[in-house]
Amino acid sequence: MIPASRTRLVALYVVVAALLAGLGVRVWYLQVRTGTRYTALATSERVREVVEPAVRGPILDDTGAPMVDSHPELVVSVSLPVLWKLSDGGAGVLRRLAALLGVSDAKMRSQVRLCTVGVHPPCWPGSPYQPIPVAENVRARIGLEVLENQRLYAGVTASVQPVTRYRQPISQSLAQTLGYLQPITASELKTEGIAVTGFSGVDLVGQAGLERQYDRALRGTPGYTKLAVNAAGQVTGTIARVKPQAGDYLVTSINATVQQDAENALANAVRTSQFAGSPVSNGGAAVVMTTTGRVIALASYPTYNPVVWSGGISEREFGRLFDRADGEPVLNRATQGEYAPGSTWKVTSVAAAVAAGLPLYGSYECPATVGIGGSTYANDGSPSLGPMSLYQALVVSCDTVFYELAYQIYLRDHPRLDDVTSPHFPVQEMQKMELAWGFGRPTGVDLPGESPGSVPTREWLYYLWKDNAHAGQDWCKYGRAGGTYVQQIEWDDCRYGNVWTAGQSVIAAIGQGYVTVTPLQLARAYAALANGGTLYSPRIGEALLSPQGKVVRRITPPVVGHLPVAKATLAYIRHALAGVVTSGTAAGTFAGFPLGTVCVAGKTGTAQVQGSQSTSVFASFAPCDHPKYVVVMMIPNSGYGADVSGPAVRQIWDGIYGLQGHKAGLPGGVLPGLPHLNQAGQMVPPSAYLKATRHAGKKSRGRHT
Amino acid sequence: MSWVSGQSRSRYRTRYAGRGSTAAARLRRVAAQVAGRDSALRQADWLLLATVLTLTLIGTLVIWSATQPMLLAQGANPHAYLMKQLLNIALGLILMLAVSSLDSRQLRLYAPVVYGLSCLGLLAVLTPLGSIVNGARSWISLGGGFQVEPSEFAKLSVIVICAMLLSELRQGETRPGAKAISKAVGIAAIPILLVAAEPDLGVMIVLVLITVGMIALSGVRLRWLAGMLAGAVLAVTAIAKLHLLKAYQISRLTSFINPAADPRGTGYSAAQAKIAIGSGGLHGAGLFHSQLIAGSFVPEQNTDFIFAVVGNELGFVGSILIIGLLGLLLVCALRIAARSEDQFGMLVASGIAIWFAVQAFVNIGMTLGIMPVTGLPLPFVSYGGSAMFADMIAIGLLQSVRRRRNVFADRA
Repeated sequence: MIPASRTRLVALYVVVAALLAGLGVRVWYLQVRTGTRYTALATSERVREVVEPAVRGPILDDTGAPMVDSHPELVVSVSLPVLWKLSDGGAGVLRRLAALLGVSDAKMRSQVRLCTVGVHPPCWPGSPYQPIPVAENVRARIGLEVLENQRLYAGVTASVQPVTRYRQPISQSLAQTLGYLQPITASELKTEGIAVTGFSGVDLVGQAGLERQYDRALRGTPGYTKLAVNAAGQVTGTIARVKPQAGDYLVTSINATVQQDAENALANAVRTSQFAGSPVSNGGAAVVMTTTGRVIALASYPTYNPVVWSGGISEREFGRLFDRADGEPVLNRATQGEYAPGSTWKVTSVAAAVAAGLPLYGSYECPATVGIGGSTYANDGSPSLGPMSLYQALVVSCDTVFYELAYQIYLRDHPRLDDVTSPHFPVQEMQKMELAWGFGRPTGVDLPGESPGSVPTREWLYYLWKDNAHAGQDWCKYGRAGGTYVQQIEWDDCRYGNVWTAGQSVIAAIGQGYVTVTPLQLARAYAALANGGTLYSPRIGEALLSPQGKVVRRITPPVVGHLPVAKATLAYIRHALAGVVTSGTAAGTFAGFPLGTVCVAGKTGTAQVQGSQSTSVFASFAPCDHPKYVVVMMIPNSGYGADVSGPAVRQIWDGIYGLQGHKAGLPGGVLPGLPHLNQAGQMVPPSAYLKATRHAGKKSRGRHT
Repeated sequence: MSWVSGQSRSRYRTRYAGRGSTAAARLRRVAAQVAGRDSALRQADWLLLATVLTLTLIGTLVIWSATQPMLLAQGANPHAYLMKQLLNIALGLILMLAVSSLDSRQLRLYAPVVYGLSCLGLLAVLTPLGSIVNGARSWISLGGGFQVEPSEFAKLSVIVICAMLLSELRQGETRPGAKAISKAVGIAAIPILLVAAEPDLGVMIVLVLITVGMIALSGVRLRWLAGMLAGAVLAVTAIAKLHLLKAYQISRLTSFINPAADPRGTGYSAAQAKIAIGSGGLHGAGLFHSQLIAGSFVPEQNTDFIFAVVGNELGFVGSILIIGLLGLLLVCALRIAARSEDQFGMLVASGIAIWFAVQAFVNIGMTLGIMPVTGLPLPFVSYGGSAMFADMIAIGLLQSVRRRRNVFADRA
């Protein structure tokens, strides 16, 4: 060997040693130093979790009858990844499937497209790897056809799945309160930490109403199977399996009969008013238990049949639900409609006046007009009635009495702070009372998306002005001195919108102007008036029962406040409201009503709204002496309280007590206890309910006074 | 030096034995060839042989473990790969034994034939006879499930022919001159270009490094080496500028830097291998006990990515064992090169050492994410017939070189 080769061989030794040392160090780094990181990665790769959804818990009425439940149905689903692999992208399969199911080709295509940017529902919001349900409650023949001809229907499967069943007609009557289910969205996945299931129709979450409010309890606990898979995704074995646990039953205090009566009465009132030429498009009603704060019925007009949500909603139906021109049937007017309460508001004004030191038994002048702050305010539709008591002022609903007393309170109420330059200015005396009755804030009812209504406190006024002077409605831009009526108001609001004026205070005292409430807010305020001052946060849910029938959670409406009003004052007001029905503004409405059997007390409200027809309101409770229920209805753009809402409320009372040919919804006015599950797994109505129905059948109707 | 006397003694004995013509004498001659002092067996490097056998044994077990679940899932014989590899090893050992009994004169005789055949084979794979695997046309299907990879044998022939050309010094020369070097480069260039045309990047890298390394070891002047290096830099620049590499080759070369950038493409294999090795930890999941290997998550896990299985199932201990055994093999090869009296034997042995070193480093390095992904098997461990035969023949060459039969001694 030549010497040069020998030294270079030594160099080769060194190079080889360095290469091997490098490999050794790298292996140590990967396996010893950072090995745990790779162990986690390896586990996530070879284990797949298949989630088995739990059967969703049903929502029951007060007798335990289901309003929404699940039942197994044959469901046809389409798997997109399979369609994509076909040469025509699956167009042929979808066309054949549409023909088989008897739907249009366009509808089929819209159901199976993915919800991406620029695609509006109907579309599939879930994972593209999840089979998309295109038809539910399919006949076995169609299911077989699909399964037997996989060459024609590649990627289409038919399987038995739990499907939401909306019981008729109650689910249509209670559509907005029940809410609906939709496939889970990516953001909900993150916030709720819900396991994603491998197959479809089941990653549904409550998107509105009770379905959303009690989603966690109704959803149950999904089961899962941990599968070992290979690189091709083929299952090689089962590692672990946990069975799903069905969701809880939600028992509500909704009485199906009263609910349907309320919905029918509301719809009839709206249609009658429409027939008379009023531009009425919506309205709401609420029936609440005075002594417990439980909700018996919530009606909203217009309503819709929630069946449209099952099996994938069509674009047209989706559009109709959210369309203003169609009255946005998806909105729950009982909790989301904000209407002027009109004269039903005067009960708070009386309480405020007494709290401000004005005499309860004093004499008040009821002139035809009063001049306040340079303007003239007239008594609606009435001439001068001379001096009268507050009782009389409520019975005949004299506006000028309330203008005067509101003006007197206004004058004494920190007048220097009425130029509101800070949101921290104190609340006015009258508005303090209105807030104490639960207005101006959500009731906290167990429904999502509740509206707060509005009470014009100084803070509220400040923000209204701040938000709209140079932004929002942009009063300062559109306002014109000496322009149209609206332009003139905007011009004034731009400059003085932050000033609490005498005019605003007297208008607010009769439930108009800036004052708005939801039907449920008004109902719980009247419940507080009726029960002696306890303000509840209403509840629709009564209890959650486990699938085995055990009570998981009793839901009790919490007491959120007490009216700062003396018992005597409340009794005085209640007495006056009984007079409204017998001899006041609602006397005509209740003519012929068996008040001797069921004594109803109430207040009409007719709120004049600029540029449209009046809001018709009727708020009532019964029986007069020991009130059990409150019934409230509000219909904007319809007419007088005594003409539109009043007769409808009367019908609801007929339904509750079973008067005048109506079937009694709550026989004897009894609210039943909880239903329970019997040995056979069937829900049994509460025993008190059964007893009451039997009594009502045998005996003649008793007195409810 | 003791070996000189030993060798002359044995030569004398052989010659003496050759004179006899009786049957007993003939038998003695055969016995001497097999068991005699200079026989293949007596002069074999037993440490080298033991190292190779240990590597092939571990490799066979790992291949068995890596293929059994997949074969079971396919409903095939779960021992199919095990049996085939055992057959490959047996045939390889026979080839090794045969080659180790050759002397360098016979080697020189056969080298051009092997060279010619492998070049023809490399030409043939470029014709429709060749089948495409992973984007490269590198196999010739022989029918009946048998196929041959000519590039494996090209490595061998390049080593032997280069050793021949570089060891022939002309009168008065103390180191190979320009003529010998250009001859060597020219002869190596043909298979290199043919492999580049397949295109098989890994084999090309190995062939180039073998050629360059052998030229360097042949004792050529350092400035020649520097010139060659400059030429190589120029060539690489030209390749980059003229887009001579295919897109998949460039992505293979660059994806190892950031495998996550292309998790389902080229980087997928590298990322999966890293996960498999990393999750092996200190002791590994144990042979036949890894879900990851049973699920075939690492592509080509019985061939090019066999080291991922080693790392996953045998852990750090097993990985270091394999690297250590390969190191021992290289030390044996380099020791044979260093102790070789003649230049030819030294060059053959060191050429083989370079081959195994480069191939082991590139192969293990790609599973560890420090080398680009190329289609090179891990010597003696990966599943495969052609590779096993070529590897075993190389061991036979090493054994042959060790017997120090140089051509001058024979002529004398």
